[in-house]
Amino acid sequence: MSQHRAMLEIHALEKRFGQTEVLKNIDLKVREGELVFVIGPSGSGKSTMLRCCNRLEEPTSGAIMIDGARITDIPRRDLDKMRLKVGMVFQGFHLYPHMTVLKNVMLAQVKALGRSKAEAEARALDMLDQVGLKHKADARPSELSGGQQQRVAIARAVALDPKVMLFDEPTSALDPELVGSVLNVMKDLRQKGMTMLVVSHEMAFAREAADRVVFMDGGYVVEQGPPEEVFGNPKSERLKAFLSRVSGTAAA
Amino acid sequence: MNMFLATFFDINIMMQALPLLLKGAVTTLKLCAVVIICGLFGGLMLALRALSPRGWLRWGSVIYIDLFRAIPPLVLLIFVYSGLPFAGLELAPFSAVVIAFFMNNSAYFAEVFRAGINAVPKGQTEAARATGLSPTQTMIHVVLPPAIRNVLPDLLSNTVEVVKLTSLASVVSLSELLYSANMARSVTYNASPLVLAALLYLAVLWPLVRIISRYQRGLAVK
Ligand SMILES: Nc1ncnc2c1ncn2[C@@H]1O[C@H](COP(=O)(O)OP(=O)(O)O)[C@@H](O)[C@H]1O
Ligand SMILES: [Mg+2]
Repeated sequence: MSQHRAMLEIHALEKRFGQTEVLKNIDLKVREGELVFVIGPSGSGKSTMLRCCNRLEEPTSGAIMIDGARITDIPRRDLDKMRLKVGMVFQGFHLYPHMTVLKNVMLAQVKALGRSKAEAEARALDMLDQVGLKHKADARPSELSGGQQQRVAIARAVALDPKVMLFDEPTSALDPELVGSVLNVMKDLRQKGMTMLVVSHEMAFAREAADRVVFMDGGYVVEQGPPEEVFGNPKSERLKAFLSRVSGTAAA
Repeated sequence: MNMFLATFFDINIMMQALPLLLKGAVTTLKLCAVVIICGLFGGLMLALRALSPRGWLRWGSVIYIDLFRAIPPLVLLIFVYSGLPFAGLELAPFSAVVIAFFMNNSAYFAEVFRAGINAVPKGQTEAARATGLSPTQTMIHVVLPPAIRNVLPDLLSNTVEVVKLTSLASVVSLSELLYSANMARSVTYNASPLVLAALLYLAVLWPLVRIISRYQRGLAVK
């Protein structure tokens, strides 16, 4: 995929919360259609990095480019438009509990993207079909399993035709038997050419679906490469230590 | 026993007083409608300001809410009606009551809304913002509906309090329900009109109180 242009570029990203420096100097490139997988110990700044990419967090310094456009210095009033280009899926799903599944997927299409109701509904039903949940269109989120809720959340984000999808531990809150259905939807999305940046502990999924694995620790990207390289032949001591610590879950 | 009935439940006197009391009840209802509608709207605006990140708006609202929840409404009413004329501002009884009770009531509604909004998980807002919804759209479509549902019993309780509160308006000679009943009592030398007024309050408020406690039990079960 290396002939493709960069869809998401992070340059010298730094983020501080008061005195705590969480991201020290992050450089990362995700090319069009690439699935980049991010691993690292808890507290290493993975979520913060993702959240800088749609400016849910304000970077302290550095630059982030989405599809060639610098998003780090656009004014606040243009943030909403920028965020349409960056889809995000959270660990906790965060579906709107007072709306049906269909309305969840329609809301931003109508209010933020300006699609007509009919157009948004057609697109929502199509997206729900793609994640295997068209039959749940009229259900409330509370009537769905966690795995189903997460698939709706993915449909909600992808319905806006983003350039990049960010996933922050999308399966960490799920019962083990529900993880597979969400990962399948993500594989599907990758097959369709979506550019994806995924923070997750599902190492088996990374081996199978990731183009590249990035290891973060202490606010830096410590090591990156193809999955077989990173998992099979880790270079840094920190990655070796991390992998041996999580190998129990990686084997599972 | 007969004497008790004749003093408190004289049907003839009640029928005689009824037109006057109904007129008073209409005034009470008008007063409630204005105070509740303005209070709900003002309370919501105050709550949004109190939760906004902008410093002075936030502090202004927080101080307003604390202040008017702490001042007894009767003190406020007498100040607005009898105190403000010293500053050259004379208000008709109805206006004075509306203003005083609006101040009190919007502060209470604001506190209820604020609690409701705070109880909506932050992840909801972030998910909405991440899909490109503006802060206002997020508030209207994502935060407020569950927030209001969560505090519906408190909003209703507050509404009941407003209806009861309006009886204080009798001290500034506004002929609402209680004032009218008291007039009828003094004309008839009989307490039955007061009992009738109590019954009218009860007729309106009892169903509301029932709904609230049912709703609260329903929430507790869930
Ligand atoms: N809003 C915040 N304020 C202060 N510190 C924060 C905030 N968000 C995250 N942090 C800190 O930043 C560090 C990295 O957090 P995070 O990005 O969530 O790591 P990860 O996702 O890799 O577990 C943690 O030490 C966390 O406590
Ligand atoms: Mg995290």
